Amino acid sequence: MLTLLLLIIPLLAGGLVLVTKNNSAKQIALLAALIELATACVAFVQFKANASTQFGFSYAWIPSAGITFSAGIDGINLLLVMLTAFLVPLIILSTFRQLYKNASVFYALILFMQGALIGVFTATDAFLFYFFFEAALIPVYFLAAIWGGENRVKVTFKFFIYTIFGSLFMLVALVYLYSQTPGTHTAQITAFYQLGLGSYTQGLIFWAFFIAFAIKMPLFPFHTWQPDTYTESPTPATMLLSGIMLKMGVYGLIRFILPIVPIGLQTWGNAAIVLSVIGIIYGSIIAVQQRDMKRLVAYSSFAHVGLMAAGVFSKNINGLQGALIQMLAHGINVVGLFFVIEIIFSRTKTRNIEQLGGITQRAPYLTVYFMILMLGSVALPLTNGFVGEFLLLSGVYDYNKWLGAVAGITIILGAVYMLRMFQRAMFGSKSSFTEHISDLSFSEKMVLFPLAFMVFWIGLYPNSFLALTQPAVLNLLNSIHY
Amino acid sequence: MSFLVLIPLLPLLGFLINGIGFRRIPKNLVGIIGSAGPVAAFALSVYAFISFQAQGSAPIHVHLFDWITVGTLNIPFAFQIDQLSLLMLLIITGVGSLIHIYSVGYMHHDEGFGKFFAFLNLFLFFMLLLVMGSNFVIMFIGWEGVGLCSYLLIGFWNKNTNYNNAARKAFIMNRIGDLGYLLGIFLIIQQFGAVEYAVVFEKAATMAVDSPAIVAITMLLFVGAMGKSAQIPLYTWLPDAMAGPTPVSALIHAATMVTAGIYMVIRSNVFYSLAPDTLDLIAIVGLATALLGASIGLFQNDIKKVLAYSTVSQLGYMFLGLGVMAYSPSFFHVMTHAFFKALLFLGAGSVIHAMSDEQDIRKMGGLRHKLPVTFATFVVATIAISGIPPFSGFFSKDDILANVYQHSKIMWGLGVLGSVMTSFYMFRLLFLTFFGTFRGTKQQEHHLHESPLSMTLPLVVLAVLSAVGGFLNVPEALFGSMKLSGFMAPLYELAAKANPVAFAHQHLSHTQEYVLMGVSVGAALLAALGAYVVFVVKKSVPAADGQETGLQKLVYNKYYVDEAYDAIFVKSMRTASDLAYSFGEFMIDLVVNGTGKVVKNAAAKLRLLQNGATSFYVFMMVLGITVIMLWNFWIK
Repeated sequence: MLTLLLLIIPLLAGGLVLVTKNNSAKQIALLAALIELATACVAFVQFKANASTQFGFSYAWIPSAGITFSAGIDGINLLLVMLTAFLVPLIILSTFRQLYKNASVFYALILFMQGALIGVFTATDAFLFYFFFEAALIPVYFLAAIWGGENRVKVTFKFFIYTIFGSLFMLVALVYLYSQTPGTHTAQITAFYQLGLGSYTQGLIFWAFFIAFAIKMPLFPFHTWQPDTYTESPTPATMLLSGIMLKMGVYGLIRFILPIVPIGLQTWGNAAIVLSVIGIIYGSIIAVQQRDMKRLVAYSSFAHVGLMAAGVFSKNINGLQGALIQMLAHGINVVGLFFVIEIIFSRTKTRNIEQLGGITQRAPYLTVYFMILMLGSVALPLTNGFVGEFLLLSGVYDYNKWLGAVAGITIILGAVYMLRMFQRAMFGSKSSFTEHISDLSFSEKMVLFPLAFMVFWIGLYPNSFLALTQPAVLNLLNSIHY
Repeated sequence: MSFLVLIPLLPLLGFLINGIGFRRIPKNLVGIIGSAGPVAAFALSVYAFISFQAQGSAPIHVHLFDWITVGTLNIPFAFQIDQLSLLMLLIITGVGSLIHIYSVGYMHHDEGFGKFFAFLNLFLFFMLLLVMGSNFVIMFIGWEGVGLCSYLLIGFWNKNTNYNNAARKAFIMNRIGDLGYLLGIFLIIQQFGAVEYAVVFEKAATMAVDSPAIVAITMLLFVGAMGKSAQIPLYTWLPDAMAGPTPVSALIHAATMVTAGIYMVIRSNVFYSLAPDTLDLIAIVGLATALLGASIGLFQNDIKKVLAYSTVSQLGYMFLGLGVMAYSPSFFHVMTHAFFKALLFLGAGSVIHAMSDEQDIRKMGGLRHKLPVTFATFVVATIAISGIPPFSGFFSKDDILANVYQHSKIMWGLGVLGSVMTSFYMFRLLFLTFFGTFRGTKQQEHHLHESPLSMTLPLVVLAVLSAVGGFLNVPEALFGSMKLSGFMAPLYELAAKANPVAFAHQHLSHTQEYVLMGVSVGAALLAALGAYVVFVVKKSVPAADGQETGLQKLVYNKYYVDEAYDAIFVKSMRTASDLAYSFGEFMIDLVVNGTGKVVKNAAAKLRLLQNGATSFYVFMMVLGITVIMLWNFWIK
């Protein structure tokens, strides 16, 4: 029942916020998100670290067709639910110094988004998954299209077409899989694991899923919507997209491709992992020369997600556990980085690193938090990024040592572009833009402190999360039948 | 032995207090807090050393908690204390304490005083983790952590863009090495299913000499050492790192961090003893680096740059020693080098302090009268590094060269050539700085003064150590008993069992040893004499910038290696980045938009409504699905 609660709280609260006055919308939204976080913490504490699906529910939806409204939480889901529940209140709090027009709609959309994301991460019925997968697009589409930058219309349109295009492939695949289930048919995801499809069919379904999830993350070469969308969207939407929504894609790889089409993966896995690794290097190299901080972090995120995908495709425990812990770490780091950029932008009206400089002289707190998030992002040991990248790279290395070595170049290039951005913005002499920049406000510290805290928690004691996901991951690996 | 945990924790505590309380804690207190941690850690290290000797020679294992557990792989957060880590502990906390005390005086006028001590403490924490860890991943925490601190301290004066660039260069070049190290760890995990030294080495000892896996592991780990210990081709960051405050150069870029690579090889001696090919490579790289560094040092005019290239060169000697399996002699040199090179840097700092931040030795001269303590200690260090007996450098360098001689006489000859250059550039530095007449401005001359006690005291202590440190390992030929080598011997027992042939080399006769010593000492003395003639008798001063000619110009500009790296790697990466961003992204988009147009054209023919916004259709479709599903749910 906990799952149902987690699903309903943000949706109900979203409805409530929609009908409240604009000036109290953000407080109510924050309160709702905190209640959601508390509920998720209850789930985190009560969760038993085994492979079973817990706190579940199931209602008949279209009983004649075997489609149910059912959801539940296993270790893998729990991690993503925690990530969502942890980030959304911070994202809401990060907007407290901004004034958005039609605030009640703005905050309602964030909450609806959260509800849909929780739905994606907990659904145990394939069609319910698909429903939330699509539904999550609507709020973020409006957030970007209404409150975004100058080119928002063109950019969000491209984003929308891209993702819808991908999802259609997935829909076809799901309908086919559903039709293959025995008897009166069922849409339970776990039922799809037992179908034993032929290798040709598996190949087709593999690509259908791959395209859908590759666009969502995005993977090379399906990524050209991403830098523009991340840059043009209002920062809260960018945070939702990069912090949480892209994890839908990685989650999809783990939940669908690995167990449903293992033979397809065996046939096409090399191609998929090579594309992922190309994306890592390609994205990192592009990030090296970017001047717009938001676009730079967008490309860095593109590179990071490539490594997560490569880890999943390497099909071993290190790669999968690495992908899971890296989803958590990346969500925290990227949301923090986008927030730091927003803080700088809101004060200086520029995100161009050529125009910045010397910020550390006026804003030591901002410098320290930025530094911590940057170190997490470049995977320094004892920060969250290290655990993920270490496991991911060792997973890919186990799959193929040369791919592992090439993917490993990310730790060099990551340092190149992140240190360049940090140095240009924070060090050197002050510019006319940064001359009067002020340090962090209280509410900004309240956002950054929990993020920094998590950077070190995951870095220092990752076993508190790895132990939760391990049984589910082992179970998943065991359920792969060739 | 659970008090061992305190050794790294005390400096960490210092970092947290000074870091969080920065600008709120009064300066005097900052210095005391900052120095107290290292001093206490040193006391504990001495205590640990004594207790260890009392209980035998077996390593002590302290398990704290399981850090990363995935599948069957467990990476514990644990410490291993044995002969090697104890010696490193003593060097790090001992020299570290002295440098902290020195910094109280040296950095006193700096506005970032608290920040400086915080970073220095953090460095000690990571350096201690590096040598105390009981597995390769804990070593890697320290390995990257000291790199971070190095970055923060090189760019300590972060208003200066050149300093920031030097800091970034150091971090990135180290990261290149770190990738090698990381891949080495992955291969270790793949081969042995573990990362703990005890487990891994036990299994490795059963493998054959020259097994491909062992060779690959040793090569990959050595790439890491090239970065951290500034060996060819990854050495160019170290001279630039001199942008940091001088105590940083002494502690991080001379005495401790840069010796991490040597520590790692000795720690992994079971691997390396099984991989003769890798050892040969290490010896060649080490020798080449020793000669390259020394030759560049001959013509540098910045007091810190001379010392930096000297460090590169001396590190090369240590690797040369490792390459011929002279593990203990190499470590002996790590130790004596920590004494005399820290002393040289601190002495240079004292000079720079007195010269109002002037670093060009062409503008110095005659300082021995105004800076007597600095001068006296600098002389000791110069004699020590030049390998003139009975000071420490003689014993350690001689120990390495004697082993090299048994391996290859040509290498020995080149090694002696290197020490001739060493002696020459060091005495050149000494004479140009402290002898002759003052060549700076009147203002600087007026300001000349000896440094305060907090700075001269560490100089004196280090001078004593540089003078007598060599007696720790006196060879039998000179009626000694090789105490240090004896103490370290248990470290190689497993390797000797795994590859007995490699350890069964013959000892030189005493006569041979006397000849070798005579040749190298004589050569060093001649070089010193040469420097005396040129710079004291003839009073020549190096040419002004841009006036150098021919070979001198080539060497003065460091063989243009930086320029070559810039042209080959940096520029091509930038070009690739611009190309990928403008052309690559454009091409991909072209395909995407093309696909989009096809879809759009098809859609146009099916158009039912007049409004034509595709997003509207798509949105309606999703909405429709939603409504149908909800309707089904609530009605049924």
